[in-house]
Amino acid sequence: MSWQDHLVIAPIILPLIAGATMLLFDGRSRTVAAVLNLVSTFALLAIAISLVTTSGGPDPAAAVRVYRLGDWPAQFGIVLVADRLSSMMLLLTAILACAALIFSLARWHRSGSYFHPLFQFLLMGLNGAFLTGDLFNLFVFFEVLLAASYGLALHGSGHARVRAGLHYIAVNLVAALVFLVGVSMVYGAAGTLNMADLAARIGSLPARERALLETGTSILGVAFLVKAAAWPLGFWLPGTYAAASAPVAALFSVMTKVGIYAILRMGFLLAGPEAAAGSSQFGDVWLLAAGAATILFAMVGMLASQDLAKLASFSVVVSSGTMLAVLGTNDVSIIGPALYYLVSSTLAIGAFFLLIELIERGRAPTDDILAVTLEAYGIEDEEEPGEDGDAGVAVPAILAVLGAAFIVSALLLSGLPPLSGFVAKFAILAGALGGSDPATATGIAPAAWALLVLLLLSGFATLIAMVRAGIRSFWAVIEREVPHVRVIEVAPVVALLLLCLTLTLQAGPAMRFMQATAMGLHGSEAYIHGVLTPTAMPAGGQP
Amino acid sequence: MELIVSLAIGILAGSGIWLLLRPRTFQVIIGLSLLSYAVNLFIFGMGRLRVGAPPVLDPAAGGDISRYADPLPQALVLTAIVISFAMTALFLVVLLASRGLTRSDHVDGREGGS
Repeated sequence: MSWQDHLVIAPIILPLIAGATMLLFDGRSRTVAAVLNLVSTFALLAIAISLVTTSGGPDPAAAVRVYRLGDWPAQFGIVLVADRLSSMMLLLTAILACAALIFSLARWHRSGSYFHPLFQFLLMGLNGAFLTGDLFNLFVFFEVLLAASYGLALHGSGHARVRAGLHYIAVNLVAALVFLVGVSMVYGAAGTLNMADLAARIGSLPARERALLETGTSILGVAFLVKAAAWPLGFWLPGTYAAASAPVAALFSVMTKVGIYAILRMGFLLAGPEAAAGSSQFGDVWLLAAGAATILFAMVGMLASQDLAKLASFSVVVSSGTMLAVLGTNDVSIIGPALYYLVSSTLAIGAFFLLIELIERGRAPTDDILAVTLEAYGIEDEEEPGEDGDAGVAVPAILAVLGAAFIVSALLLSGLPPLSGFVAKFAILAGALGGSDPATATGIAPAAWALLVLLLLSGFATLIAMVRAGIRSFWAVIEREVPHVRVIEVAPVVALLLLCLTLTLQAGPAMRFMQATAMGLHGSEAYIHGVLTPTAMPAGGQP
Repeated sequence: MELIVSLAIGILAGSGIWLLLRPRTFQVIIGLSLLSYAVNLFIFGMGRLRVGAPPVLDPAAGGDISRYADPLPQALVLTAIVISFAMTALFLVVLLASRGLTRSDHVDGREGGS
């Protein structure tokens, strides 16, 4: 094996070592921990870029890179699999992590101990969950990332964080138990927990075991939906994300996507064409209904939220609801655009979480408390006094930058042209309605109509909520204190938004990559074959 | 034996869920513990219940795998126990922090209407 083959495990090993090393230093020197964190996170970015470029090739078999720990065959040992979807999610995580880390170095990392090690352990959990090819390891990495996220959610402490954190931890512990029940039922039915092996075996299972397996996967699905914050299971999210500190919330915006990723992966492996005969399309109606309910819930929540952090949290829910609804339509042609939407919306939400902290900084510290009180008692906010009609107020440069960034993220999140949010939604709808060809568009499925209405409505609600919030924080207030913002705080926001802009300009190549990813998911035989084929050992070779 | 084990799982899970829905944080944590016991037993049961069957190969007894119990669920249970133990400890810390900050052991940090 060349060193490049070991690159697959590096996204797990590197944060583990970095985090553990920091634990030795953190009490004494925060600078060392910060430097280690920076080095490790940027190395992760480089690794993710390298994985994406190697998996982006045209050959579907070369796109699946399998790493067998200890070189045991897949049914017995633990495998890590880096295919296009995994590599893409790794890259997304690494980008958000870099932005959040740089942002936090300005001040947030000082507001509590052990920020840097927890940050690394969260990255380890996320990367592991994206890479693993085994259901039980998925559980273990979920727990790793959740344990780190519990610590990070409480970072900075304070009443609101602890209260929201308590709910968050309780809900996710129950979800972990549900996950375990599902995993054990799958094992009881199929006798394996390796995802590829499971997909290969599902077709030949007798009907009795099949029923047990489907029950098990449904229970697993419930656990994933809790992570993805689907409607009746996602009430923990807005409170927790709104209470978390800005860089942490930005990183958390990729955490709901772990649930989406797991649903995508399991759904295509277990209900894909290889596993046909009964199991395909199973649960799709539920996914569509859950997605629809999630979008509606988040829309109402957005319109009702009075502070920006709540607004951003509900936009996370909108994003995962949209993904669920798209997955529920069971239309392979729109999975690619949906992945594009996932990347674009996650980057935009991450930038928005960082941005709102800068905007809120200009306000009086009591405003936050006031906003909470207003929300609790439903009192309408009183207009700030002091509009004396003196025209021609000089707009400070930093406010202009923040305002422009706000407009860009509003466009991205509501899906208005000309940015990538629009491209994504347009591509999804075009795919759902059968392309531009009128001959094929005659029989549009009800699911596609539902998707159309939901996407447009959610975009509209986002727009209203964002415009209202923008007016309240930039337009209506004349006598506002200009926030003190450092360059390393604005730079990540601008970088993330520029990345979305690049995604818009390079929509063609990006969309082709996403389509190839979707095809790789749908034709999962390359994945199954790649994992299950034993490596050719050198004759008489030592492993 | 199957009946007893399933009854035990059912009772543990039932009381766990009931406690989980109670308003006091201590009740919630006890409920979570009971629920995790139930889940651990369930995982164990999914490897099929056998009496007198060792999970480890015995050189003297030969390689007939029908005489052995499935070792994998037992290993899974071990992992699940460790993880739920760690999570319970972590939850306890948050619980104490919440108690200290809010001066209330209600899960919402303030007394409800009841």
